[in-house]
Amino acid sequence: MAGPMKMRATLAGGNTDVRVLMTHPMETAQQTKGAPYFIQNITVKVNGKPVIEGEISQAISRNPVFSFRLKGGAKGDKIEVSWLDNKGETNKTETAVA
Amino acid sequence: MRAVTCGAVLAAGFAAAFAPAFGQSQFEKYQKMTAEGSPVELFELAGEELWKKPQGPNKVSLEKCDLGKGPGVLKGAYAALPRYFQDVDRVMDLETRLLHCMTTLQGRSREEATKRLFGNADRPSEMEYLSAYVAGHSRGAKLAPGAAHPKEKASYALGKALFFHRAGAWDFSCASCHGEQDKRIRMSELPVLSTPKAARPVMATWPAYRVSNSQFKTMQWRINDCYRQMRMPEPTFGSEATVAMNMYLTATAKGETYRGPGTKR
Repeated sequence: MAGPMKMRATLAGGNTDVRVLMTHPMETAQQTKGAPYFIQNITVKVNGKPVIEGEISQAISRNPVFSFRLKGGAKGDKIEVSWLDNKGETNKTETAVA
Repeated sequence: MRAVTCGAVLAAGFAAAFAPAFGQSQFEKYQKMTAEGSPVELFELAGEELWKKPQGPNKVSLEKCDLGKGPGVLKGAYAALPRYFQDVDRVMDLETRLLHCMTTLQGRSREEATKRLFGNADRPSEMEYLSAYVAGHSRGAKLAPGAAHPKEKASYALGKALFFHRAGAWDFSCASCHGEQDKRIRMSELPVLSTPKAARPVMATWPAYRVSNSQFKTMQWRINDCYRQMRMPEPTFGSEATVAMNMYLTATAKGETYRGPGTKR
């Protein structure tokens, strides 16, 4: 079962700063003797429209934290971040820009 | 709205690869980097769930647990611990008090509630999640452990004595490592915890997430593990001695604004 996620999205000088935390063991192939377990895809949507489709690797640490800046944005915009790992598990979180 | 950067960066183990080699400011730079990528809020979220979850024979949550500010009051409670509690006529720190609430409110046995005090990366312990949740409610509060009651004064005095008390196979005391300026162990500086200057930033950021092993660690664990490193007998969880040590360190740091739960190497 996927653990909690947490996200903050705040307007700052005309841009939206997003910080999102994910719970995931992020185990490498070396750690697991060939059965890596990691988040593979990250999708960021703004008001339902995808703005980032990212791929990450097993090199990312356990419980990853991502922060990024989106150009523009307005209070109340819905930001949704979801992930999909290499075992097909998924989780997502949504927040309104504050 | 368009993504301009997706630079993200991550936590921990990764940042460790860039751990700077020399100089005080480099330590601080590294600490800042790890704090920026800290997943500590995830532990607070999980802790909140546990705080509100009915458990034990009485099937009640910890929401009525009195941490010193009244039943269920979390705001600023951690920053005012350790302190004297009249209902048990002794000084308690956060974890000792949580255990008290588990055995009284929830009706759990001490054996069951202390079965797994310290967790690991794959499965953190209940005490670790709860500590994160409660401590998070003291962000911005000044550290002000109890200092008025005679038992609080005695606890401080005992903690101070223990800090300097040499014993065990190596004839170590806490001060053997934490008693001299400008010492370090590998790449970690060793704060002189008997001085407010060094104790303040340390106590303002425990309990903490450790990036090197992805684990959330509590003060009772920190004290327990220091004793292990000194090759002393394992101290009892929530004992008078461990609470006194916590009291001495927190009182030495008093007045500092709490900024935790923090992030450590």
